[in-house]
Amino acid sequence: MADSKQLYQEVILDHNRKPRNYGALGAPTHRAEGLNPLCGDHIWLSLRVDADRVAEIAFEGESCAICKASASMMTANVKGRPVAEAQALIEEFRGMVTGALDPATQPNHLGRLAVFAGVKDLPSRVKCAVLPWHTLHAAFRQQGTASTEGDQDPADPATH
Amino acid sequence: MNAPVLSPGKPTASLDVERLRADFPILANVHPHGKPLAYLDNGASSQMPQRVIDRLVRYQTHEHANIHRGVHTLSERATAAYEEARHRVQGFLNALSDREIVFTSNVTDAINLVAHGFGRAFIGEGDEIIITHLEHHANIVPWQMLCEEKGAKLRVVPIDDTGTVLMDEYEKLFTPRTKFVSVTHVSNALGTVNPVDEMVRISHAHGVPIMIDGAQAVQHMPVDVQALDCDFYAFTGHKLYGPTGIGVLYGKAEWLERMKPFRGGGDMILSVTFEKTTYNVIPFKFEAGTPPIAQAIALGEAAEYVRGIGLEAIAAHEQALLAYATERVAALPGVRIYGTARHKAAVLSFYLGEVHPHDVGTLLNEDGVAVRTGHHCAQPVMQRFRIPGTVRASFAFYNTFEEADALVDSLRRIQKLFA
Repeated sequence: MADSKQLYQEVILDHNRKPRNYGALGAPTHRAEGLNPLCGDHIWLSLRVDADRVAEIAFEGESCAICKASASMMTANVKGRPVAEAQALIEEFRGMVTGALDPATQPNHLGRLAVFAGVKDLPSRVKCAVLPWHTLHAAFRQQGTASTEGDQDPADPATH
Repeated sequence: MNAPVLSPGKPTASLDVERLRADFPILANVHPHGKPLAYLDNGASSQMPQRVIDRLVRYQTHEHANIHRGVHTLSERATAAYEEARHRVQGFLNALSDREIVFTSNVTDAINLVAHGFGRAFIGEGDEIIITHLEHHANIVPWQMLCEEKGAKLRVVPIDDTGTVLMDEYEKLFTPRTKFVSVTHVSNALGTVNPVDEMVRISHAHGVPIMIDGAQAVQHMPVDVQALDCDFYAFTGHKLYGPTGIGVLYGKAEWLERMKPFRGGGDMILSVTFEKTTYNVIPFKFEAGTPPIAQAIALGEAAEYVRGIGLEAIAAHEQALLAYATERVAALPGVRIYGTARHKAAVLSFYLGEVHPHDVGTLLNEDGVAVRTGHHCAQPVMQRFRIPGTVRASFAFYNTFEEADALVDSLRRIQKLFA
């Protein structure tokens, strides 16, 4: 069983200590708020999409280390990417943390994001890791808000 | 009824904790991540001693049938055991009569029963219900639902920075429209022991009945409902070393007699025709359908087990443990303790520097330490202190000073990891 020792690796602790792309963009084209009402994780994403490409992205908020590191690594990964690629990455990340995609054996574009693979064995923490990705999904769809609860639950395969 | 305040330090043992631990097989059977289990999540649910497990097994292997109407041997045995459990609970709370003991599913169910049975009968538009800022959601939401239905108002007694209810404000909230008070005995999130004797006295001085939520109290201190003189008192089995699915509502007979049934169905009736139903006498009027028979019997056994150890001795050990753990955790750099009331039960709620409680909980588990993290179903308390949640270590009489040390050692390791 992958345990939290594998999860709280230096790369995650580092992104928690020094989150990348932290803050808010001045004139975003897309923004969304992500909330996990059960644990209080609360983040805001702002993006500037230019010619179907994520030109700039920033996040801020209050959350646990898993959520903050996930948000930091997500922004670093999707910055500069075409929107379509970012959307594909959202699906791959969701697949990995819910156990549907094994990054060690199945083709994927997750790269260093694979450090979050261990989350699938900590059911109570899946929502922490997936919240930024769900918020990005909401931002692309101009939905404004994303929640880990109710009919938007990102960890619930029925809503994928 | 307030818990004694002891100074920190390891006292001379009034309980033989090592011997008592041997009563709880799960404490030795489980090794999270290969480490000895330090189970410090008793506020959420406590573990079950072998004696109670054995009682469940004996019931299922020698006594089970449906109760109250069967004429055969097993039904008579099951009925006798179920009613004996009611009698044991009566003794545990020192209620006047076992007619005043209603078996429910849990405290939430008991509060909903009173909100329906009392609230819908006696509370109307413009009336007011008093609760405190310390309540668990179970003692907020049923009253909000009632207020919404009836056009009544919820009044909330504020707390100070230590998590202590402001008694002057409590008394000021009473108006001629106040119809009911429902307050927790012990805060599940902060550990505060409310001055319920005084709260009952003030409530009755205004002619208002009062309910006490004892979910976090009966396992920590002796409770005597006649001495307390409260109108209703509720507790749950699985926090008193019994099973889940069984709770208790104590209600003064004079109220239970006047209240409407909560649920309709079998066992709560005397006679039924399509024109009219005559309700059964108390407490059966409130126990519609086949109850959790095995769970009730096991709860009666758990109550006897706890009485046998003695709640005074339990309180003394737990208070010493709380003082010791509080002193050691508070000494860690950057720790903020939430809930510093003068009178507390064995609940230690805190924030570890800048580390989010969920990270702390996951990493403590790696060292075998089980705690609860989050808002503890008391979001207004968290809002009061402007935090998303806390790490909560909640102790039982079977917890040791070594387990408090394991908590502190693990917290140190987590602080290093996040430094």
